[in-house]
Amino acid sequence: MAQITYRKALNDALAEELTRDENVVLIGEEVARYNGAYKVTEGLWERFGDKRVVDTPISEAGFIGLGVGASMLGIRPVIELMFWSFAYVAYDQIVNNAGCVRYMSGGLINCPIVIRGPANGGTNVGATHSHTPESILANNPGVKVVCPATAYDAKGLMKSAIRDNDPVFVMENTLLYGETWEVPDEEYLIPLGVADVKRAGADVSLIAHGRAVLTSLKAAEILASEHNLNAEVVDLRSIRPLDEETILQSVRKTHRAVLVDENKPFCAVSAQIAALIQEKAFDDLDAPVLRVCALDAPAIYSPPLEKMQLPTPERVVEKVLSLV
Amino acid sequence: MAKELRSDMEVLLETKSFADAAINRGLTPEKKINLLRQMFRIRRFEQAALKYYQAGAMGGFLHLYIGQESVATGTVSLCGEDDHVITAYRDHGHALAVGMNMNECMAELFGKATGCSKGKGGSMHFFAPDKNYWGGHGIVAGQTPLGLGLAFALKYKGRKGCCLCFLGDGAVNQGVYHESLNLASLWNLPVIYIIENNQYSMGTSLERSSAFKNCLAARAESYNIEWDRINGEDIYEIRAKTWQAMQRAHKESRPTVLEMETYRYYGHSVADANAKKYRDPQEIEKYKKFHDPLQLWQKKLMEENLINEEQIGALDAEAKAEADAAVKFAEESPLPEKADIFADVYYEVDRQTPAGRTGKHFFND
Repeated sequence: MAQITYRKALNDALAEELTRDENVVLIGEEVARYNGAYKVTEGLWERFGDKRVVDTPISEAGFIGLGVGASMLGIRPVIELMFWSFAYVAYDQIVNNAGCVRYMSGGLINCPIVIRGPANGGTNVGATHSHTPESILANNPGVKVVCPATAYDAKGLMKSAIRDNDPVFVMENTLLYGETWEVPDEEYLIPLGVADVKRAGADVSLIAHGRAVLTSLKAAEILASEHNLNAEVVDLRSIRPLDEETILQSVRKTHRAVLVDENKPFCAVSAQIAALIQEKAFDDLDAPVLRVCALDAPAIYSPPLEKMQLPTPERVVEKVLSLV
Repeated sequence: MAKELRSDMEVLLETKSFADAAINRGLTPEKKINLLRQMFRIRRFEQAALKYYQAGAMGGFLHLYIGQESVATGTVSLCGEDDHVITAYRDHGHALAVGMNMNECMAELFGKATGCSKGKGGSMHFFAPDKNYWGGHGIVAGQTPLGLGLAFALKYKGRKGCCLCFLGDGAVNQGVYHESLNLASLWNLPVIYIIENNQYSMGTSLERSSAFKNCLAARAESYNIEWDRINGEDIYEIRAKTWQAMQRAHKESRPTVLEMETYRYYGHSVADANAKKYRDPQEIEKYKKFHDPLQLWQKKLMEENLINEEQIGALDAEAKAEADAAVKFAEESPLPEKADIFADVYYEVDRQTPAGRTGKHFFND
């Protein structure tokens, strides 16, 4: 098994799907000749050409709407948003058109589109470039949202997203693009809607998605080495569809849950998970469900402070210790 | 008034030449009469819809197309196998023009399971992909990049077709329309934007909503896109000029912007009780009397000795009977079931594929 970066895993997934299906087409700002603003599409234009890898002007609403329209006629566009924050200028196309066209047409029209790109804070680019819209997008029935935390998950989820016949939004993370993980050489898929227990434990469940999974794993190490607590880390991987069973199984085992989430707290993904746990595992709980979210203000620029604004292993440890 | 009305003589002169256009010379008498039949169908369908809307048989909005029938009828009559149509929320006329039947359209207005969208879309959201009709879109200008995408897909697949993407004069000030024009020109996409300029963006007149030189379509100039302005009450002119744009799309894969000068008799929607306050009632009467597309086309067909008063009356009666039957069909149709709320949300769930059976998709309990 090779060690590859999260970026390369995504690149491999895109290349494999471009090869497999001639209707797959990559569209976005700087995806072709520039090789991608974050180099996720590096080499793909050279390999697949102008027809399959298409540079756009800076017109997110225009080219996402174009992708939705093309998908209605059977093209499978994979649209890159340089930042998911830019989805906000294309919100009508994403939510109203991609998200609702199947329903409003009584199932006559499908929209097999993928929109992908980084959705994270922590890179000192200010509030408008640091949004994490997985919670607000997953609020819309009709769309699917996944947030891979590792290279392995990124590749498997991206390939499933491209083969899915509904709109799938893949939220990546610029802080992870350069990180490496083991990824099998042979082809594999990871279904949407299946969580992954990244670390087994018995004392508390840390439930997270995206980069917060890695924060949780670091916290689990500290809890084990310094506090003799064995934390389980559940990686949601997919926000909608959601793997409720894996969450509930973990909580039934540990009886305590701390939800770690880079969303701002109000109506965050973790708020949905908290509602789920209290509804379906209330009697299994020995303590209230607590959350560690991004601190509730627009993303601050100042680099040392922004680091503190996102969940840190220390804040997770502190929250867990308040429970036991 | 931005629309400069031409004298009858000018109209007559132009009409003569447009009737002589090759695409119109190829029209058989039967086809010409069919165009009239189609316009009667649209008008009678909407008159029936209005009656039952006012009686409380349907909810939401009802944006009537009455007065503009020649635009959808004339343009859609040019469409071939690989030509596609998409429009905004004033979509009943285009739906009937592409060949959707009155029953499925009326039932949709009544919110019934037999509606074209199973009662899930309503008035603004009629679809018939099997007839190359992609809606029916409620957000102003939201359909403009979708039409571009249909054109992109046609070109990608190597099909010699185009997309007619309709929008109103109120949509031309939305950013996404301009993004779409830029992309259409930049990427040589076979899309034709047809601005149906009925002179009112809801209750705001053209001169109070748009800054422009010459006409709205002329904005295309700055995107290096060909454009034209069309008298939207004249079927021959509509067909002649739209065909030219379609040829450009088919042969050169280049976009066009067309502006149809037209007029709606009713308000923005039926709920628009102020329709006669923001417009001079005399203006409405003038259009009904002198510029009604149905009457003008009837007159033309009679001048060409293709039809007489009696036959016209029969066509109208036929359309009215069809609309009445559609109301009956809609009234007698069942409502969707409560479980239908959750169908047609996700393809994979509807088909119960492995993806559709994995994870929780709905969060009701």
